[in-house]
Order: sequence, then C-alpha cells, then structure tokens
Amino acid sequence: MTKPLIDRYKTFDIVRRPVRPGELDVSHKTILYLEDVSVSFDGFKALNNLSLYIDNGELRCLIGPNGAGKTTLMDVITGKTKPDSGSVFFGQTIDLLEMDEPAIAQAGICRKFQKPSVFENLSVFENLELAMKADKGAWPALFAKLNGEQRDRIEEVLTSIGLTEHRKQQAGILSHGQKQWLEIGMLLMQEPKVMLVDEPVAGMTHQEIDRTAELLLSLQGKHSIVVVEHDMEFVRSIARKVTVLHEGSVLTEGTMDEVQNDPRVIQVYLGD
Amino acid sequence: MKSLFLSNDKTANVVLFLLIALIVLVPLCNAILPSASALHFSAYTVSLLGKYLTFALLGLSLDLVWGYCGILALGHGAFFALGGYAMGMYLMRQIGERGVYGDPVLPDFMVFLDWKELPWYWYGFDQFWFALPMVFLAPGVLAFVFGWLAFRSRVTGVYLSIITQALTYALMLAFFRNEMGFGGNNGLTDFKDILGFNIQSEAVRVALFMISGLALIGAFLLSRWIACTKLGRVVTAVRDHEARVRFLGYRVEMFKLWIFVFAAMLAGLAGALYVPQVGIINPSEFSPLNSLEIVVWVAIGGRGTLYGAIIGAMLVNYGKTVLTGLLPEIWLFTLGATFVLVTVFMPNGLAGLLLKKGRETQT
Repeated sequence: MTKPLIDRYKTFDIVRRPVRPGELDVSHKTILYLEDVSVSFDGFKALNNLSLYIDNGELRCLIGPNGAGKTTLMDVITGKTKPDSGSVFFGQTIDLLEMDEPAIAQAGICRKFQKPSVFENLSVFENLELAMKADKGAWPALFAKLNGEQRDRIEEVLTSIGLTEHRKQQAGILSHGQKQWLEIGMLLMQEPKVMLVDEPVAGMTHQEIDRTAELLLSLQGKHSIVVVEHDMEFVRSIARKVTVLHEGSVLTEGTMDEVQNDPRVIQVYLGD
Repeated sequence: MKSLFLSNDKTANVVLFLLIALIVLVPLCNAILPSASALHFSAYTVSLLGKYLTFALLGLSLDLVWGYCGILALGHGAFFALGGYAMGMYLMRQIGERGVYGDPVLPDFMVFLDWKELPWYWYGFDQFWFALPMVFLAPGVLAFVFGWLAFRSRVTGVYLSIITQALTYALMLAFFRNEMGFGGNNGLTDFKDILGFNIQSEAVRVALFMISGLALIGAFLLSRWIACTKLGRVVTAVRDHEARVRFLGYRVEMFKLWIFVFAAMLAGLAGALYVPQVGIINPSEFSPLNSLEIVVWVAIGGRGTLYGAIIGAMLVNYGKTVLTGLLPEIWLFTLGATFVLVTVFMPNGLAGLLLKKGRETQT
C-alpha cells in the first residue's frame, strides 16, 4: 500500500489512528481474548465457560491434568474446533470464530502440535521454506523462487534452532528433539504474532530441554507465546505467569510459586 | 525416501531415454525394414504401442494425484473417456457424407435414431481448433466442479475414493443412454479422417504413435518440473500431513484442486490420443473397472515417482495383450494376483525395487 501523502488521522500523534478492518489492534496490551468459551463433545464439556487473556509479547504457560482442555483450547484458537458459545478475539478487532485455519494462520497465529509434525519426506530446509511467510496461493507457489533475503531468513532460523548442519537432511530421520525444534523453526518462519506451543519438550533429554527453554525465552517480547507443558521443571524455568486449567476452565493464575502453593491446585494434581 | 518421491533422476533419465529411443526406432523400423523382417513393426503393432503410450500418460496423470497428493482417485478413467469423446466427436463429424446414411451433418447413429438436427453440444466439433481445447476443457471442468465440492467439504480417504468411483459409474450409465446424443452403447466409431488424412493409413498411425510418445515425454517433463516447484512440495506435504499444511496458512483444497484438474487434463489428452489409434470410444471406458486398472498400473510401477507409472502402465498392458491372446480366462486372475503380490512384497512397486538396487550398488 502506498503511504498517503497526508494521513488525516496522523495530524497529531496523540490522536490514535483508527484501526482498519482486519488489522491487528493490540492497543489495550492484550493480544488474545477468550471469553466464556464452551465446547462439548457428545455431552462431555471439554471447555466450560473458559475465559483467558494473553498479553502482547508475553510468555504464558498453561498447565493442568490430562483432560483439562489444553489441547481443545488450542484447537479453538486456531480454528480447528468451533466453540458452542463464547467469543475469541485476536487483538480488539479480529474475530477468530469467523475465520478458518489457513486464515487464522495467515493472520499470525501459529501452532506447534503435541506430536512433532514435520514433513518427513522433505528436507529440513524445504520444511522451513514451506512454512515461510509468503503468498500461500497455488499459482504463486508454482512460480515461487527464493530471493536472497528469504534465504538469509531461513539460514537465520536454522541457526537459532541449531539445525544448520542438517539443512539438507530429510526431516524424517531427525531425532525426536530435532523434529520438535524444526517445528518451532517452522513457526518462526511464519513470523507469527502468537505462537501456541503444545508440549515442546516431550521426549527430550535434559540438555535439549535447557536449549529449548533458552530458545523460547529468547523469543518472548518479539512474539506472544503460549506453552502447554507437563514438565514442571521446564515450566518453572521459563514461566513468568502460569495458568492452571481444570475441567475446562481456568482454576487459577499467577507465578509458578503462587500456583504451586495454591491448595486447589495441589488437590487437583494430587487428588483428595 | 526423498529420492523416491522427488524422482530419482538417474532412473527417470533412463526411462526418458528409452521413450525417446522408442519413438525414433519404431517408425524407423516401420519405414526402412522390409515387412518380412522380424524387426519390422506393422501398422497394427505401431498402433498397439501407441495405445500403451497413451495408457502410460494416463498412469502418469494418476500418479500426480495419488502418488504426490495422496488422493486415491478411483474414477480417473472418466477424464480419459471424456477426452476420448471430445476427440471422437471431432472424428465423427469428419465422416460427413461417407457415413452409411450419407447425411452431411448428422452422424449415423443420430440418423438411425431419427434425430432431425444436431444437438447444440455437437456444434463446433467439426473444427479441430475447437475440438482440441475441448479435449482439455471437458475433463478439466468436470474435475474442477467435482474437486471444488469434494475438497472444500474436506472429503478424504476412502469416502473420496468411493465418490470418485460413483462419479465414473454415473457417467457410464449416462453415456449408455441413446438420448444423451453420444451414440449410446455403441459409442462413436467408423472414423475416416483426421485433419484431412486417412486415419487407417500407415503414415497417420506412425504419426499418432509419435505424437503420443511426444505427449508422454512432454507431460513427464512438465510433471517433473511441477513436482520440483514449491507447489509440488506443498502437494507432497498435503499427502504426508494435511492438517499441518493447513495450519501453515495454505488452503489445502486449492492445491488439491490444482493438481486434480491438471491431472484430469492430462488424462483427457491421453484419451484423445487413444481414440484415433483404437478407432472407437464407447461408454465402457467409463467403467469403474478401467479406473481401478489404472491404479493397479501405478501401484505395480511404483507411485510417487512418475516414471514408475509409465513403466507400470506399459508392462501391465503388454502383459494383458500377451495373456489375453494366449489364455484369456486367466488374465484377470493374473492381474489380481500381481496386484496383491506387489502390494505385499513391493509396496513401492518396481520403481522402489530399482531404487533399492541402485542404492545397494552404490554402497
């Protein structure tokens, strides 16, 4: 879009420019709004009037016992599951419930699956290339050619996920941990506003876990990150704010210490 | 695995070389050697080989859909038949007054059914320039409409296979009806000329053979190029993990549709080259069994390699010609048994076997 010579909304810097439709508005510091979201499968309430707010640039950890609704929550945000009731907004203006998965992904919400999901028959480099933010139509893809800038971007991500030497390798023969990193790299290639990361350290060695923590910490601020994880030690090492889910709603929120000392959380995790 | 799906260039190039040799040597042997010579190819043999080439092209097009995109289409023969009908309609109108009833405009079967005038959808088919795009458009439009509906509703797997099968079956029933205006169960036949040349002449048969070969080579190179573009990689990714592709922001249905329509057009071209060489097109080409047979060729040749489909189609059809000549009763049993054995013992088909051999000699 060409910049208008005189932007009539920009006469005074103190007057806020109104948000154009479809544009992300995070002026209230919150990037994701979930309000009273309910989802039920055959009578089972996977999410029960759940309300959750994620701040712009924050790193949030979601914990909770099995069946608490963590993955369903991600499904709702990314458009895979439509909730029975409630509202989900991206910024103040973008209603995610009106969009399908590709539209949500293009708007800047990206997701890492619980089970590492990379394209096993493609090389590491090609996996990142496919994920790259670009025109995602079929015709543009037919004539797409990587320019220098895009190559640099892929190299940059390869470095940050530590897979530079494996770039030509097929993704299928990577180790479990490397696949996890590759998938995180694929998220980075999409230049997301929000990253939803489902169990990033499952099946990783201690060293790998430490490196993953380092990677995620280096990303906070640039992206808003929501991490679902069972590994409490890992959560403790990265978490600023933790949200505990239980039976489809938010049980409590706070720092790791607050949450761990909350009697309700102890009860949920340890039983009566 | 990667080389298996993005075409092992060495084997692909050998296949390419063999195809080029075939379309050069066969016409040469036909023209130079005396008809008594053992290596002389009669017009009949040339047309037979030409038919195999069109089947190879058909197999190749299915491999794009099944091997690369993972859509097990069991109705691919429908696109082949539609392309064939488009060509058949052109050839029908070339007959002109030489038909049994001598009507300058109406084909024989219409006169026989007491039709008074040409149906509107037959207009223009007396012109080659009109018929040629129809060869691509008729299957292309059907594939587009069908694919649009099916892929948008996210019909996948077995369900999709079943409705593709239903599609070709429905078309077969429709084309069997005389009221459709496509010659009913007799189809279109008794062709005389193509572009003003006698379709029975040896020169035309050799030319059709060469054109089939060139079309196959062209389609092979084009498909291989597509497989190496980003579109090709997205399509492979859809096959391996559809949901992941969707969450990367791609509209999966558009990519499926693109490859499906492209493959349908290639199948249509194959059908259009097939019809003048066998001299007939009738509704049995729509039969579900034909479409299943294409799948068997590709499975035996090895899917996801392109050249595997070519090898599979040529070999199976050669086997079919030989066996149906010698022992017609056992052909279907042989085909079935081969399919089962290949699926169990060579899941990657002949191409997979070749690749494995190649790797062993390397190490």
